[in-house]
Amino acid sequence: MATALKINGKQHQVDLPDDVPLLWVLRDEVGLTGTKFGCGVAACGACTVHIDGEAVRSCQVALSDVWGDVTTIEGIGTPDSMAAIQQAWVDHQVAQCGYCQSGQIMQAAALLAENPAPSDTDIDDAMQGNLCRCGTYPRIRAAIHDAASKLKEA
Amino acid sequence: MASVGKILRRTFLIGSAAIVGGVAFGAYYVSRPAANPLKPAEGETALSPFVLIDQNGVTLFAPRAEMGQGVMTTWAALIAEELDVELDQIRVLHGPAAAAYYNSALIGEGLPNKGYDISNFQQNLGEALGVLGRTLSLQVTGGSTSMKDGFERMREAGATARETLKQAAADRLGVDRSQLKTENGAVIAPDGMRIPYPELAEAAGQTEPPEVELRDPSNWRLLGQNLPRVDVVGKSTGTAEFGIDVRPEGLKFASVRINPKLGGEMKGFDASAAEQMPGVEKVVDLGNGVAAIASNTWLAIQAVEAIDVDWGDAPYPPDTDAIFTEIAKAFDASPNSTMRDDGDADALPAGATEITAEYTVPYLAHSTMEPMNATALFTGSALELWCGNQAPTLVQIRAANTANLDKEAVQIHTTYLGGGFGRRGELDFGEIATKVAMAMPGVPVQTTWSREEDMRHDYYRPGAMARMRGAVKDGQAVLIDGKVAAQSCTQQAVQRYTGIPGGGPDKVLVEGFFNQPYAVPNYRMSGHIANLDIPVGFWRSVGNSHNGFFHETFMDEMAHAAGRDPLEFRLELAEAEHAPSAGCLQAVKEMSGWTGNTPNGVGRGVAMTYSFGTPVAQVIEVVDEDGTIRIARAWIACDVGLALDPGTVEAQMFGGMIYGLSAAVMGEITFSDGEVEQYNFPDYDALRIHNAPVTEVKILETNHHMGGVGEPGTPPSMPALGNALFDLTGERARALPLINQFNLLV
Repeated sequence: MATALKINGKQHQVDLPDDVPLLWVLRDEVGLTGTKFGCGVAACGACTVHIDGEAVRSCQVALSDVWGDVTTIEGIGTPDSMAAIQQAWVDHQVAQCGYCQSGQIMQAAALLAENPAPSDTDIDDAMQGNLCRCGTYPRIRAAIHDAASKLKEA
Repeated sequence: MASVGKILRRTFLIGSAAIVGGVAFGAYYVSRPAANPLKPAEGETALSPFVLIDQNGVTLFAPRAEMGQGVMTTWAALIAEELDVELDQIRVLHGPAAAAYYNSALIGEGLPNKGYDISNFQQNLGEALGVLGRTLSLQVTGGSTSMKDGFERMREAGATARETLKQAAADRLGVDRSQLKTENGAVIAPDGMRIPYPELAEAAGQTEPPEVELRDPSNWRLLGQNLPRVDVVGKSTGTAEFGIDVRPEGLKFASVRINPKLGGEMKGFDASAAEQMPGVEKVVDLGNGVAAIASNTWLAIQAVEAIDVDWGDAPYPPDTDAIFTEIAKAFDASPNSTMRDDGDADALPAGATEITAEYTVPYLAHSTMEPMNATALFTGSALELWCGNQAPTLVQIRAANTANLDKEAVQIHTTYLGGGFGRRGELDFGEIATKVAMAMPGVPVQTTWSREEDMRHDYYRPGAMARMRGAVKDGQAVLIDGKVAAQSCTQQAVQRYTGIPGGGPDKVLVEGFFNQPYAVPNYRMSGHIANLDIPVGFWRSVGNSHNGFFHETFMDEMAHAAGRDPLEFRLELAEAEHAPSAGCLQAVKEMSGWTGNTPNGVGRGVAMTYSFGTPVAQVIEVVDEDGTIRIARAWIACDVGLALDPGTVEAQMFGGMIYGLSAAVMGEITFSDGEVEQYNFPDYDALRIHNAPVTEVKILETNHHMGGVGEPGTPPSMPALGNALFDLTGERARALPLINQFNLLV
């Protein structure tokens, strides 16, 4: 039986077993590969997407449990029209290998939506579920502060 | 077709070749003198372009593994500097597997070659593999010969292209080439008219490349600046393509399980349950493991885990204690090498105080963020393979052998790497994907490992032990006598890549041990090889990753025994031996405001390691917060000789330190019943944003040669942290990870 999903504003009919995690629906069925597989156990944050604006680990949300509209990294901006948070990531040259950064950006976007002026402690609390083996943390922190101030001016 | 220009280097010709509607500038490989057996046979291979100009614009090739270290950007900048193009106006591609791109992977082209002396061959191969293990370094700034080659060759490629385009314009305009200038992808005529390079490309393909001179560094526009990375927009928008993201038409998805008793056989399996699971199309017998091909990766993972397999035993002792007992036995045998033996290390100098210590560090996993994967399409007569890799020519040969094809029938597409750290220099992921795809000819199949499979099937950083003996007198070090014991990554890798047993002195085992820039009169450092069959490989900074901890923890113990400040103690010894190293120590002393004293509840430690041509000193500060110890601050000073992109150097220094601190705090691979006991990030974690220190990096450029930057930040981090914990608690850290001994914030 096909499941209806709204992803990045677009309707999709997905014909997969109910227990397939959203991560693998996005990557292997819908073709949205910006969301990454890191651990499969919600321990690294690479698969972070938004459901109704809330940051969730898509490796832990079964297809039949998706409760709202899904937004992925591709849905918040594109190379030609980046979201403020993505532009901050570019301005601060955050990425090294880049594999975790989709998840980092989605987590940071949810943080800023909830808290427009996060402190360092707020950032620590919100972002510590997102692992980066390259160690880009100082630039992530700087980019979040920068995006917060740019969004405030806008 | 190709016309060859001046021989710019002994080994290398920058030539040009006409292509459809344009021109390619690049390199031909020619044979080197016969003394080095690793070189290709006499004659040229096909031209491999570094610059390609056609009607679509300018494309630069940066055929180095971009695994986060920024090499693609800096490599392209070397070309762009001379070519007068802007990085945001051009395309930068990785390019195919080709011999001429890979100085350090000459083994790929040279094997098996005839007429070489086997011992020289092994020695050279060992060196080549050492370079391979160092591909994490920002290669264009690496201290090895091949990196220096890249530094000059890529500028030569850019300059040759520029002058050939100018000559084509001069011929068209009927003026002398010297009257023309170049700027932002165009030749500028004397009257100011701009002729974009693509308009000249076809004529340039028919033009003999002139002799070129490289620009003086004082005129550089790009090199030495913080350049925007060419990959940063893609990596900030989810559009950068990693190996796991390739989606050829009709793609199927597979997952794999190999014997967790590493190297053991598979006695049999029952896949009847798996074959009935949703989406499953095929179960594949890989000989030493199984794979399931399905319509979705997750369904494939579920299926492969449902296969009941009878695994054979591992060819090494089954648990960690027994493994380290074997490692310790290596001390009893004669050393594999003694690469430093100054003065008389046997005698205790009169009036000196002797100290001894033994250190142990565990096996470590690379744990790249992107689990191992590769995608293959096998047609019966040809193979296409997509993957992130650190050695395309070796992957190509391994895949060809696996599929029983000629090398020429195998096409390698190298994607971005979701981390490498040495892991992507191995060939297993490509070989497994090839075998899986061969079970479904004509259909592309992506084989993705679960995180658990990745964690438990690594080529691990070997566990290692050191026995140190030293002596101090009148506040000075007068003797260091050290022995390190571990498996040999180099010998095992030679065997793995070539089938030929590795032999000879293993320099990688003792790097960071025998070659530290301290003036100690009696100084002997030996390496002992432990004979174990646990798969081991090149882990960021390789031998330096354990030896940095051994050497620099012991330096601290000696300073303490001598009643000296540990930074001043080192500084004095380094000043007498190597000024750039002393400069780094002096820099962190000033940056951190080092006084040798810290308030209650605060500890500071220092360490310095010279590796890959770059000395790096670090000071780390730890703070006791109600019984939990937090790594609060860090100061790093490095001397890279020439910083081609300071922003990238800074990122690599910090990232290298975090990689080392993660291992020091909590990294540990252990064994039970022949299997690795760690499965996933919850039991093999790393530092995260809340426990990474606030850090300041200083880049010095007094070194007379360019050093590497991707790895040298890692080794000193581990002893600097251990030494800081000693300063805080009075307890000496002689084993890693530190979480087993101290209550560190995780």
